[in-house]
Amino acid sequence: MGAEKHPYLFLLVFFVMALGFAVGPLILAALWAKFVSPQKPGNVKNSTYECGLESKGDAWVAFKSEYYLYAILFLVFDVETIFLLPFAVAFTGLSVGAILAMLIFVLLLVEGLAWAWVKGVLTWK
Amino acid sequence: MDEGLKSELTKQGIYVVKLEQLYNWGRSNSVWPLGFGLACCAIEMIAASMARFDLSRFGAEVFRPSPRQADLMIVAGTVTKKMAPQVVRLYNQMPEPKYVIAMGACAISGGPFKQGYNVLKGIDRYIPVDVHIPGCPPRPEALIHAFMTLQRKIDAQKVFGPDRAHHFDADKPSEFPIPLYGEHDLVPAKNPNVWEPAVVVR
Repeated sequence: MGAEKHPYLFLLVFFVMALGFAVGPLILAALWAKFVSPQKPGNVKNSTYECGLESKGDAWVAFKSEYYLYAILFLVFDVETIFLLPFAVAFTGLSVGAILAMLIFVLLLVEGLAWAWVKGVLTWK
Repeated sequence: MDEGLKSELTKQGIYVVKLEQLYNWGRSNSVWPLGFGLACCAIEMIAASMARFDLSRFGAEVFRPSPRQADLMIVAGTVTKKMAPQVVRLYNQMPEPKYVIAMGACAISGGPFKQGYNVLKGIDRYIPVDVHIPGCPPRPEALIHAFMTLQRKIDAQKVFGPDRAHHFDADKPSEFPIPLYGEHDLVPAKNPNVWEPAVVVR
């Protein structure tokens, strides 16, 4: 055989084959729709599916998401727990720079907690 | 192709088919019905899809919860006039090619409630029905028979030419008018392009 094969040539072959499997049927379907089976869109067909009933109003309404506050609070304590344990274990051997960096990191998280506190999330109503 | 030669090749294990036949064979064996039951016939439809009768032998066990993914609407049960617009709307929302099996006496004619004020006298007044099944309710075997009839119909559909199946023809409609609730009846009471009352000759 002639030229030396590149050791990663098979990756290229795999990629081209995978792309062909993914894109080939889509191209075939588009050609089929273009030349044989015409698309027939319509008002009812394109309308929102609502179990056969006509949908009332607009689906694009502003949705008030309350849950993100809990997500932020969870993140504050979750991340703090993950990083504080290794921090506490290695505390005696750390340099001053590392401790300062860690304190800044904790300060950032505490800011999130303080923000939530000011917003009144911690008060049970 | 010569039938004798085709038969001879088949005996040798070589099958010669047209692309059209291959296409129809594929889609007639993967018809996905819409999960859609209206009355007691739906129980028989469910029984047909379960293990004892096993509609999946025919590739039709995939009952879809959305008309966007379904090929076949099995109108299983009494279509009340309250429900008829929804049935037509669901049919309109199905993509082509789509087929309808009207299952049971009610769906094909109104059945025992034909004289009732609130029951539609057959869903074929509004949408084109491919297979009608009589019975009250029809047994699952009857639904399977109807399904096999539909498969034979799909197998015989042409892809090209003037007599090709309606979903290949851009001029044939894919949506049918949805009736409205009128003062005494649905308006219009039927779609004349789909259904005309039978002429009684005495």
